[in-house]
Amino acid sequence: MTIAEKILAAHSGKDAVSPGEFISAKVDVVLSNDITAPIAIREFKRIGVKNVFDPKKVIMLSDHFVPNKDIHSAEQAKILREFAREQGIVYFEVGQMGIEHVLLPEQGLVVPGDVIIGADSHTCTYGAVGAFATGMGSTDIASAMATGEIWMKVPPTIKFVFHGKAQKWVSGKDFILHTIGDIGVDGALYSAMEFTGPSIDKLSMDGRFTMANMAVEAGAKAGLFRVDKKTEAYLQNRAKRPYTVYEADKDAEYAQVIEYDAASIEPQVAFPHLPSNTKPISQVGNVKIDQSIIGSCTNGRIEDLKIAADILQWQRVNENVRCIIIPGTQEVYLEAMRRGYIEIFIRAGAAVSTPTCGPCLGGHMGVLAEGERSISTTNRNFVGRMGSTKSEVYLSNPAIAAASAILGRIASPDEIKN
Amino acid sequence: MKLKGKVFKYGANVDTDVIIPARYLNVSEPEELANHCMEDIDAEFISKVQPGDIIMGTTNFGCGSSREHAPLAIKTAGVSCVIAKSFARIFMRNSINIGLPLLECEEAVEKTVAGDILEVELASGEIVNSTKNLVFHAKPYPVFMLELVSAGGLVEYTKRKIANEGK
Ligand code: SF4
Repeated sequence: MTIAEKILAAHSGKDAVSPGEFISAKVDVVLSNDITAPIAIREFKRIGVKNVFDPKKVIMLSDHFVPNKDIHSAEQAKILREFAREQGIVYFEVGQMGIEHVLLPEQGLVVPGDVIIGADSHTCTYGAVGAFATGMGSTDIASAMATGEIWMKVPPTIKFVFHGKAQKWVSGKDFILHTIGDIGVDGALYSAMEFTGPSIDKLSMDGRFTMANMAVEAGAKAGLFRVDKKTEAYLQNRAKRPYTVYEADKDAEYAQVIEYDAASIEPQVAFPHLPSNTKPISQVGNVKIDQSIIGSCTNGRIEDLKIAADILQWQRVNENVRCIIIPGTQEVYLEAMRRGYIEIFIRAGAAVSTPTCGPCLGGHMGVLAEGERSISTTNRNFVGRMGSTKSEVYLSNPAIAAASAILGRIASPDEIKN
Repeated sequence: MKLKGKVFKYGANVDTDVIIPARYLNVSEPEELANHCMEDIDAEFISKVQPGDIIMGTTNFGCGSSREHAPLAIKTAGVSCVIAKSFARIFMRNSINIGLPLLECEEAVEKTVAGDILEVELASGEIVNSTKNLVFHAKPYPVFMLELVSAGGLVEYTKRKIANEGK
């Protein structure tokens, strides 16, 4: 069995499961946010049970439109807050809050071997720590909050093997954009993606979170990584629960095995309006930008901010660009402050925001007008994703986004002279 | 149950951001969501759609976010079902959970154009294009999903399950 199959078997009380099988799986974490929780709470009440199945396993937080941008979003956040207090579930308020998919791993709330469901498509991020984590809708969350179980179809697994040494400026973001560019936005539809190989072994945890995060952009149900020494080190002093590590069997059956030569992958830029619309940086040409966003559940971690700070130090953001940098959590923010990154950003002329999803989904803190263009370290560039339906979003890693902020057009950091 | 309506046809990868843009997600009332359904891909949709009408896409319909607001907006706008070659998985789950029927049928998508009238028999998966006098057959639902659908969605299904366990 693959890692995904082993985890699902263990959670459905079976010795073995195979792709296509419908199971009822026990869940370790049930997550929802300020967009999806209000509907989940409404449906939970319709089911008619009084209490959630286990308050320690239910997590809610507002991160999309907070600190609340308008009255409507304040009303939504209030529904969550009141439900959380009444049920005694795990809850993060503004001031402790961060973007859910950066916050939960950082707080050790998601661990290897877990089955995690979240009413947010990027719940698949937690595959980086070897959990089976997948996005669902609000009604699924309601049902799981009531019963502690969820119906699921066991997905086939596609294995992606990365060989070779990554080029300079190439990060997890480029690996995953390259993959999506290759297989397409439905290239892994209904499947689990398993990422392995020597280049993945060398990849940092932050890089793995970025990759797992975008598995859904290939249509996948989950994106998983093996638990290795790096994972164990990350979990030490963090994991709030004991955990089980599942390894894929030597004779595990994969729907497909796809191999990439990491050494030949350049930094990638996804052009509008699909994450699969990728080009290597050398072929981007002259694309002027109005905004550069560094942050989100894809690239709002400390390593991402370090890369941005290294490039922005002693530089100025281009006069035609708004550069907005958003640490993923309060802890990332604090660490960036200790290391002096925040000062570098502000001196360079960037705006630094409290953690929030903000511009990633066109919510607030950097919404685009008609005709405007943004480079962004986020994960989606659909029509209207960051504002006007006549605006454009280009996806990249933080190094490209920082260099582009300085030069006013999409550019490689190699073009910056220090 | 027989569904009948006029077809609104779109292309591949119709994503949840165009089905219901995030700027409207600061509310969760179905009627308010429905007012903005498909707005960013087809501004006239909501003024033209009639109860029973059918949305058609090609591949990967409903990709993107997990927002249940998307099938909810479509259903509340009066759409009776969505037909596509394939659906994104969270959208598919959400639709079944809230009782918006989805049908996967390549042939129907290829041979139907916007404005055609379709009649759909859910149980058998038969799709009749009465404008063109053609009959297609959609992939049948897996047994488990059929149970969910016939229970009236996941909330009802869960209620029953809890009641049964309590016995
Ligand atoms: S940062 Fe963007 S992709 Fe991530 S959870 Fe927030 S809105 Fe979704």
